[in-house]
Amino acid sequence: MYPDNYYFTKDHEWVKIDGDNAMVGITDFAQKQLGDVVYVELPQSGAQLEFHQSMGVIESVKAVSDIFSPISGEIIETNDELNDSPELVNEDPHDKGWIAKIKIKDETELEKLMSASEYEKFLEGLEE
Amino acid sequence: MSYISLSQKDKKEMLERIGVSSVEELFRSIPDDLKIKNRLDVPDPLTEPELSRWMDEIARQNSYHEFLSFLGAGAYSHVIPSVVDYLSSRGEFISPYTPYQPEVSQGTLQIIFEFQTLICQLTGMDIANASLYDGASGAAEAVLMANRIKSKPKVLVAKSVHPQYREVIQTYTQNLDISVEEIEYSDRGEVDIGNLKAKLDEGTSAVVTQSPNFFGIIEKLDMISALAHERQALSIVVVAEPVSLGILEAPGRLGADIVTGEGQSFGLSVSYGGPYLGFMACCKESVRQFPGRIAGETEDVDGKRGFVATLSTREQFIRRERATSNICTNQAWCALRATIFLELLGKQGMRELASQNLQKANYALDQITKIAGITPRFQGVCFNEFVLEFEKPWTEIEEFLLEKGVIGGLSVVEAFPELENCALLCVTESHRKEDIDRLVALLKEVCS
Amino acid sequence: MKKVIHEPLIFEISGEGKNGYVLPKLDVPLKDNILEDIPSRKEIEGFPEVSEVEVVRHFTRLSQTNYCIDLGFYPLGSCTMKYNPKINEKLAFKKEWLLSHPHASEKWTQGSLQILKMAEELLKNITGMDAFTLQPSAGAQGEFVGMLMIRACLEERGNPRKIVLIPDSAHGTNPSSAHICGYRIQEIKSNERGTVDVADLAEHMTEDVAALMVTNPNTLGVFETDIKKITDIVHTKGGLVYMDGANMNALIGMCKPGDMGIDVIHLNLHKTFSTPHGGGGPGSGPVGVTKELEPYLPFPVIEKEDGILSLNHMRPKSIGRVRSFYGNFLVIVKAVAYILSLGATGLKEIAEIAVLNSNYLRKNLEDDYDLKYLTPTLHECVFSDKIQKQFGVTNIDIAKRLIDYGLHPPTMSFPLIVQGALMVEPTETESKKDLDRFIEAMKQIAQEAKEDPELLKNAPHGSYVRRLDETSAARNPVLRWRRSPDE
Repeated sequence: MYPDNYYFTKDHEWVKIDGDNAMVGITDFAQKQLGDVVYVELPQSGAQLEFHQSMGVIESVKAVSDIFSPISGEIIETNDELNDSPELVNEDPHDKGWIAKIKIKDETELEKLMSASEYEKFLEGLEE
Repeated sequence: MSYISLSQKDKKEMLERIGVSSVEELFRSIPDDLKIKNRLDVPDPLTEPELSRWMDEIARQNSYHEFLSFLGAGAYSHVIPSVVDYLSSRGEFISPYTPYQPEVSQGTLQIIFEFQTLICQLTGMDIANASLYDGASGAAEAVLMANRIKSKPKVLVAKSVHPQYREVIQTYTQNLDISVEEIEYSDRGEVDIGNLKAKLDEGTSAVVTQSPNFFGIIEKLDMISALAHERQALSIVVVAEPVSLGILEAPGRLGADIVTGEGQSFGLSVSYGGPYLGFMACCKESVRQFPGRIAGETEDVDGKRGFVATLSTREQFIRRERATSNICTNQAWCALRATIFLELLGKQGMRELASQNLQKANYALDQITKIAGITPRFQGVCFNEFVLEFEKPWTEIEEFLLEKGVIGGLSVVEAFPELENCALLCVTESHRKEDIDRLVALLKEVCS
Repeated sequence: MKKVIHEPLIFEISGEGKNGYVLPKLDVPLKDNILEDIPSRKEIEGFPEVSEVEVVRHFTRLSQTNYCIDLGFYPLGSCTMKYNPKINEKLAFKKEWLLSHPHASEKWTQGSLQILKMAEELLKNITGMDAFTLQPSAGAQGEFVGMLMIRACLEERGNPRKIVLIPDSAHGTNPSSAHICGYRIQEIKSNERGTVDVADLAEHMTEDVAALMVTNPNTLGVFETDIKKITDIVHTKGGLVYMDGANMNALIGMCKPGDMGIDVIHLNLHKTFSTPHGGGGPGSGPVGVTKELEPYLPFPVIEKEDGILSLNHMRPKSIGRVRSFYGNFLVIVKAVAYILSLGATGLKEIAEIAVLNSNYLRKNLEDDYDLKYLTPTLHECVFSDKIQKQFGVTNIDIAKRLIDYGLHPPTMSFPLIVQGALMVEPTETESKKDLDRFIEAMKQIAQEAKEDPELLKNAPHGSYVRRLDETSAARNPVLRWRRSPDE
């Protein structure tokens, strides 16, 4: 379910490494919790973010959730398709529903994140 | 009088079912030292006949309605068709809750949708909300909205905006990073364009103008909006007397970015200041920063058209401290009355209503200013209110008129110390020619 | 697919040349050049043209698609949907009230001022507070006023401070009101009883904290038994306590917020004091304060001298005005009539029966629905969908199925500390029969959740409209009627 080469945060963001950059989105668990996504407030390209800084907001019909940056770095690209099709976050949260690409500032920060199996264990813990 | 629907038997059965011997036991969680020992210091209950009599006696101490009055200044006496009272008094309109369950609230929601459409048509904007508390708090909310959109610290507010609206803007902005500067008015009673240009800069979020303004004068909205836009500021237009929109061009077509105002003229009595009806409209790009409840059209599972409260993530029950406003309960029943009023009058009626206000007020102004000792204070064009300047002290004139059963106008010297011996008069369609002529005759008498 | 429409929009039945109201002819000479230099319009584009008959039928038909208190039970937690007495409607619509202009001199409006003064006195008595303002138009505006006054008071003491403490069970208007006053919010945890965790409060109560906003009883319907301890903790560090009085229905005649160490409280006249909800207002949110905070009240205040009432605008310490004029006057008339018609005994009875009715519901449903907190409750209690979730049924499904039983659902998804919440508050005006009907329906629905969850997931089945698509309403908002797509 959760791709092996991705990293995960406790706030249900995922990170996929692509050279110097990291692609970021929210996990399948998160999108299920939110329900139908109606709007994504994307970060600004060029914004400098610290680890765990709010980089945007996802809105569903009855809920609002901050997206916390899983790493420090500069936003180099955002998924503008989400403006017209926010439902991509529900339909394909780990791929087409990506939110932003960040230029990695400090690779060691990835050590703070969870692997796919660690994240799945973390989810099981939540359900108790 | 009691509105309890339980019999003695019911109470006994219920206590038994719960497993307690008395109601007092259910209040165990309140510490004894907090419990009221005696009874509340409130009179004994009154039955309906007693209450009616009591209320009649209190009401007899009001005598305002016996006068012929020309008061306006943010509260306007217009016709109220009997259908408005009749329909709005239905229990299905008075007693429902906020439409959080749309399937059982389609009446409320469809009416809100119609109200929103009517406000958009009146103001020439894309989107309107379900109502705010009143025009004054609406103006404040508009300023906060502009500040959220532009993130700039300064707001310019015309002095010719209603003094109470300016006070409320002050209250709402006092603890936020927003500084309010006022723009002077000219001899014409309009916004002083030179003063506006001097104060506009790149740090301005918005310019707030009222039209017709507090003095009754119609402002040059297209010029003001254009100047604001040159500096990337928003143009907020406040309309305290929206009957004027039946004949004046829509602010949305004169460059307004946000239009807000007071809907009391649409089917609500002046009722000593409340409940009134704030309305607000904006363009579609700003909708995410827009405060207040909004109804939207959708379909149910069978494909039937229906209406729901939508874009709720802007609101306090979801966004909490980051909401676009803290508003929850608004003025929905007042918006209902306004909707009935506007639909009843319709295209022709609203035009006629606006036209009669314009004509009667300007007739009054022309007749009165023929009298020696009375001049129009401002040169601008007025809608249904105007400011007169008197050679004699206004207090003397006011006293004389009162003795003859007439309330001639409102002194404005408290809010505008520079306008001594001036009074603001309002003439609506509810004043007959003979009422106006009576005022003219009396003024002639006292000024001679 | 062509949309099926029940009741058209007024614009859809509009036709050129129809009109619903005729004014007397203009009786002054027409002057046709007044607007020659002013942009004007020939007509309001798109405005409807219909007859009086069409308007009356349109609204009458629409009214019949609304559920309302006059039809039945509204067990909405935190909303206190009690019956709206009809005498109060009649008395509020006396012409002396309707026609009095707010700018009129006090000489001609002593009656209106008497009503306002009476309202203040009655509310002071009921709450034990020292002074009131009637200006706020609703609870949320009352919260804003209350927090502004707290800030003004602390500013005068030397430091307005930065933070406001708010329990995680609080209503959304609490944090949003504190925010507009320039405060940062710090959440206080609830303990296993669902009440304020006093230790957590003590830890967070520093000299940077301006105030604690507390609801009592809280949004779970539980009385904060430690309220005196709580207010002491805040006061000792120089902070003030704001009480959200939305749940006053459980306390009236039983105890007074003024005795609990509360500095500011707002009330909701459209909840506790029976004024009608009107589909979303108008309400009224009077704010009561201690003597210390009295100077900061919004202006004008009503004063009495030699038996004459007057409005005083000269209040140098006032936080200002939050709206035009004096408040929702007609709403206040209704509340005064209500209080006087109930009297001291009737007012106490409100709390007694509200709490009796609520505990009766709780006892009868606690085996069918999960109660996260087992603490004793007063006038409302919060169930959840935990049991039903096992069958894939949520609180929303339960709510929509209740509609099929001819009942209005309880408050959903609030407070946030209970997942899948169903907040039930019957109020004191419900009969045992109506309570039993609700219990019966809820029990049947619990059964249906086990045996036929699909029935609930597709509910409601028989209503005027069935479950509405709120997702596309938010994704592709259509917020007004348009003649043509490009209008």
